[in-house]
Amino acid sequence: MSMPAADEQTQVEPASDELGAADRPWQTVVWNDPVNLMSYVTYVFQKLFGYSHEHATKLMLDVHHKGKAIVSSGSKEKVEGDVSRLHAAGLWATMQKAS
Amino acid sequence: MKPWRRKGARLVAGFEQQEAAVLRGLVSQMEDMLKARADEAPQDELSELTGIKAGPSTAPDDPVLARLLPDFHRFDPDQPAQEDMDSAAALRSLHEPELLDAKLGVAEVVMETLGPEGGEVRLSLEQADAWLSAINDVRLALGTALDVSEDMPDELPEDDPRAAHIGVYHWLTYLQENLVQAMSG
Repeated sequence: MSMPAADEQTQVEPASDELGAADRPWQTVVWNDPVNLMSYVTYVFQKLFGYSHEHATKLMLDVHHKGKAIVSSGSKEKVEGDVSRLHAAGLWATMQKAS
Repeated sequence: MKPWRRKGARLVAGFEQQEAAVLRGLVSQMEDMLKARADEAPQDELSELTGIKAGPSTAPDDPVLARLLPDFHRFDPDQPAQEDMDSAAALRSLHEPELLDAKLGVAEVVMETLGPEGGEVRLSLEQADAWLSAINDVRLALGTALDVSEDMPDELPEDDPRAAHIGVYHWLTYLQENLVQAMSG
């Protein structure tokens, strides 16, 4: 979803080096598991996040080969929602503070 | 079975009576497990008043249910951080009721669109999404119960107690893979 244009002008992104622990973004992590199909995981990433097939495939392969991938990040509320939707799709997802 | 084909905005497949019985049986067993878990949710006057349900704060003991209803954080099993454990408990209590509703909802779509006698199944794209999630949930449940691994052979030795069930698991894998391909094509 896109933000309304009026909001964009008033939003100020804090410089990343000024972020304290409380302001660090959250990350959505998807872990490898032996059941979920590669094709289905790719499909879920495209459907839930609107990623291109290419990007979704790259994330799926990271999960498969490296054991996990960070698939989205942002505010606690956003990431909480992303994890909830991934759980509904049956993926093994958790959330963590960016380090 | 007649594999999934996409016809415009519809997904169509054909099921034998026995295939329909197996799939409906597994989905219905999973529904029973999820409903039993939902009934364990704490009842209080506030949630009755507001209609906002609070779920349990601890993960299910049963490994199958625990896989269907995962924690929001991953802990170091030896030294879990108290902050993470508290947060996971709060997030589970907040989100588990809606997750149970979602899983029961997609299971119901399968039960409503696949008749006990099998035959042709015609799905909208939205219903097909529900089928994908429900088949995935059943595979997670069966896969956890059978302790499947990524290098699981197609057939297990006859003396393996799981040998009789692995065929169903592989059939569900085929059913899901075939539906994903039909939807993406």
